[in-house]
Parts: sequence; structure tokens; C-alpha cells
Amino acid sequence: MQKLDPNKWIDKYSDYLFKYTLARVSDYELSKDIVQDTFFSALKSAKNFEGKATERTWLVSILKRKIIDYYRKINSKKGKAEVRMNFYNEGDNEGDWLEERVPQTWDNMAEKQLENKELQNQINSCIDKLPEKYAMVFKMRTIQEIDTDVICNELEITSSNLWVIIHRARTQLRRCLEDNWFNK
Amino acid sequence: MFKKLNITCKQAVAICDKSQYKEATFFEKTQLNIHFLCCKICTKYSKQNVFLTKLCRNKSNDDKKKQISLCMTQGEKEFLKKEIEKRYVKE
Repeated sequence: MQKLDPNKWIDKYSDYLFKYTLARVSDYELSKDIVQDTFFSALKSAKNFEGKATERTWLVSILKRKIIDYYRKINSKKGKAEVRMNFYNEGDNEGDWLEERVPQTWDNMAEKQLENKELQNQINSCIDKLPEKYAMVFKMRTIQEIDTDVICNELEITSSNLWVIIHRARTQLRRCLEDNWFNK
Repeated sequence: MFKKLNITCKQAVAICDKSQYKEATFFEKTQLNIHFLCCKICTKYSKQNVFLTKLCRNKSNDDKKKQISLCMTQGEKEFLKKEIEKRYVKE
């Protein structure tokens, strides 16, 4: 039977929990708040700890709930991340490149460009320019590499919604890169 | 059978997006590759899409490297420690 020892929590787990959070919400101040909140919630529900899991696993499970709560909150604030599914079947332009911009030629699309710091900064500012819900979904999937079903569950969207959002985010990023980088 | 292999540009683009996250099925990838044979625009799109993915992945690796060095400061930890002690005694 495991016992809780809250006085040692900070030394033992705070770094781990903090990094775990930071990797998922990518905001320093916010991560601190979430970790703090987690410890306080854990204290409150310490009675319910049954010793079935280790202390750390138990704390992480509380932390996960807090992170999901955070995503839920911003999702409802910005309106549900839901868009109409209109990939294949709309009007005369069905399955055509017309309504989207035809990809332009990108000069310099070489591997070594990937290391270019300026290009990195450009993609950062392009991601920041995305509408908030597109940016959120795109970052969760592409940068934090969270699985599709997990994102769908947490944000309460369907997987086709998710793919439409990702596609639109990519289209906007391409446009942004074309305007600010390749055709400058 | 041949009808199934024939896809529109929009479908091709959708598959291309999915395959960036390794979520396209083998059949979808076959459809996509056959589409590439007859559509230069989608071929170009796909190449650029791969480039975009790599760029984002680079960024994510960069972020991770930065994060390793980031922690809560000692002061913040001490503060949190005291708070926990206070609350724990009360319980």
C-alpha cells in the first residue's frame, strides 16, 4: 500500500510535471499555474488516493485532466472548433483547383533551407497569424504530435472536421510562406 | 476497379494531407500515386506539403530542445512547497 507524502512532492515531481505540461500547452506562465493547480487539487482529494497506483502516476492523471480542462475552456471561448465539411462536393468546381490558389513554384525548396533560422522565424509568425482554432488544432497535431482521436475527443469535433481544419491551416500557411518568403 | 483508382484533385489533396501524419491507407496512397502520374499540380502541392511538414517538425524539435532547459525557478518551488505544507497541515 502506497502512502502520500505531499511535503516531498515539489522536490520529486515538480520538474517532471512542469515539463509534461509545457510540452502540451507551450506557455511558461500557464504551465506553472496548471502544475500548481494540480498539486492543490491533489491535496484536496488526497483522501481518495487508494494506493493502487504510484504517487507519480496518480499526480499525472490529475494533471492530464487539468490540461484537458484548459483546452476545453479555450475551445468553448472561441466557439466550437467546428466547420462545415465541404471537401468533395460543392457546386460547379467540384474537385477542382480553381477555388484554391494553384500552388506556385517555390524556388529554393532545398533541404538545407530547412535549417535556415529566418525561414524558421517566418513559419512561426505564419502559424501565429492563423485563426486561433486552426492554429490550436494544427499545433496539437503537427507540433505536439497528439493522436487524431485524442484531439477529436478533447475538442469534441469529428475527424473529418479535424482534417478540414488541418487542410485550411496548411493552405493558409502556404499562402503566407509564398507571400513572405518564396515570392518576396 | 479503374474507377476507384481515379480520384479528383481535392481527394488527392486530402489524402496528401493525411499521409503527412501517416494516416493514409495503402490503397489511398496508391490512388494518390496514380493521380500524380497525370497531375503535375498535385505533384507540386505534395512536394511543398512535405516541405511544410518538415519545417514544422524542425520547429517542434527546436521547441523541445529549448524546453529541456526550462524549469520552475527555485523561488517558485519554495513558495509552492510552503503552500502545500500549509494546506496539508490543515487537512
